[in-house]
Amino acid sequence: MTDLQQTGLAEWHRDNGGKMVPFAGYEMPVQYAPGVLKEHLHCRASAGLFDVGHMGQVRITAADGNYETAARALEALIPMDVLGLGDGRQRYGLFTNDVGGIEDDLMFARMGEALMLVVNAACKEADIARLQGGMTDCEVEVLDRGLIALQGPLAHDILPGGHPMRDMRFMDMIETELFGAAVTVSRSGYTGEDGYEISVAQEDVVGLWSKLCADERVMPIGLGARDSLRLEAGLCLYGSDLDPTTTPVEATLNWAIQKIRRSGGARAGGFPGAEVILAQLDHGADRRRVGLLPEGRAPMRGGTALYMDDTGGTPIGQITSGGFGPSCAAPVAMGYVPTAQASPDTQIFAELRGKYLPVKIAAMPFITPGYKR
Amino acid sequence: MIKYTEEHEWLKKDGAEVIVGITDYAQAQLGDLVFVELPSEGITVAKGDEVVTIESVKAASDIIAPLDGEITEVNPKIVDEPSLVNEDPLEDGWFFKMRLANPSDFDGLMDEDEYKKLTD
Repeated sequence: MTDLQQTGLAEWHRDNGGKMVPFAGYEMPVQYAPGVLKEHLHCRASAGLFDVGHMGQVRITAADGNYETAARALEALIPMDVLGLGDGRQRYGLFTNDVGGIEDDLMFARMGEALMLVVNAACKEADIARLQGGMTDCEVEVLDRGLIALQGPLAHDILPGGHPMRDMRFMDMIETELFGAAVTVSRSGYTGEDGYEISVAQEDVVGLWSKLCADERVMPIGLGARDSLRLEAGLCLYGSDLDPTTTPVEATLNWAIQKIRRSGGARAGGFPGAEVILAQLDHGADRRRVGLLPEGRAPMRGGTALYMDDTGGTPIGQITSGGFGPSCAAPVAMGYVPTAQASPDTQIFAELRGKYLPVKIAAMPFITPGYKR
Repeated sequence: MIKYTEEHEWLKKDGAEVIVGITDYAQAQLGDLVFVELPSEGITVAKGDEVVTIESVKAASDIIAPLDGEITEVNPKIVDEPSLVNEDPLEDGWFFKMRLANPSDFDGLMDEDEYKKLTD
């Protein structure tokens, strides 16, 4: 794996039973000794620690020093309300293209006059080029920092008593100190559980990770369980559930586009693909991302074709991600179907090893989220 | 007497039949099993036929018939509880029993020492 990049924690993973695999150009742990099932269930019951240092961290400031300038520049690239974001607050966002498709998803936050972004590892070079090209009056700084996610119902209990992170609400961001390291923390994650995403200087990442991991309630979690956790939480994986041919409305991410950017809003449109996306927000799209519950026990994975009935014929859609949901104790999936088939409890069929097996449209998330709103 | 195949299956003599399962090495490589689909009892299979479908948290795989013969019995416990294969691959996590078409084929399989060399 010589061509792969490493996060600051790669050596720790190897020394502690991490099974390393290539992922988005990085050498990352897919699991540790307990394995995907136990890691998944531990995170839902207690707390899990994730190395997400492969993701891109970007700090953007306007040349004139004003948040408003930077926010308006970012609003030209994403269909979100950036200007109206409160100081110390974070939102989910989408980079769109000229046909309304999704180029990447991201988290963005306001810290004083600066914007803090986290983008997907596989897309980060394209995203940075997009930001640098599109935000001409701004400085786009790529941060070489570690990123650790602490997730689970006990995440909050792991923190020292009286620590300011305990008082954060879902999607707050603060700068603070944790176990002696200066950190920038958001109360958010990718598991459906309460928790934190902690940005820390490279020189402090192993120390902070080790201190968090020393708590017996905390288990390190690999990419395998990270995927099953986010799937049960109904959260999209870019490249599987979202891609440049999928629009936000098809992806059922309408909630991420605030009213002020929609038709009739004060800052309606003005982002790539606005014509397509605004029309779909008003009139709907022909297909939608839905939750899917296979009726049998067989997991159905991304790429599985979906049909109206058990005789096959022309596929009506496709599963984009799926597998066994350890907390559901059943297979779960998500995928795209025509809007006419998108209502919960509609029965459709999936082709698995030559058989057409029943699948029900289901509401997502598949688990009850633990977000501290 | 227990024998092994290059596909990481074990075979154990049980009277006129052999019991077939996967090795500890195989279950560790596959990861946590979440789904097992077993063949019908009574079917005749040829060596190399895909007779069992298993899915781990990571991917689907096929278990092939180790030799020619007839499937005489399957282990329904691993359908209800696929994790048995991970927890006890050599005993409770067995897959199926078969009556070999040519019982002497059994003797041509790897013994434990040969199999250990394969997985080292």
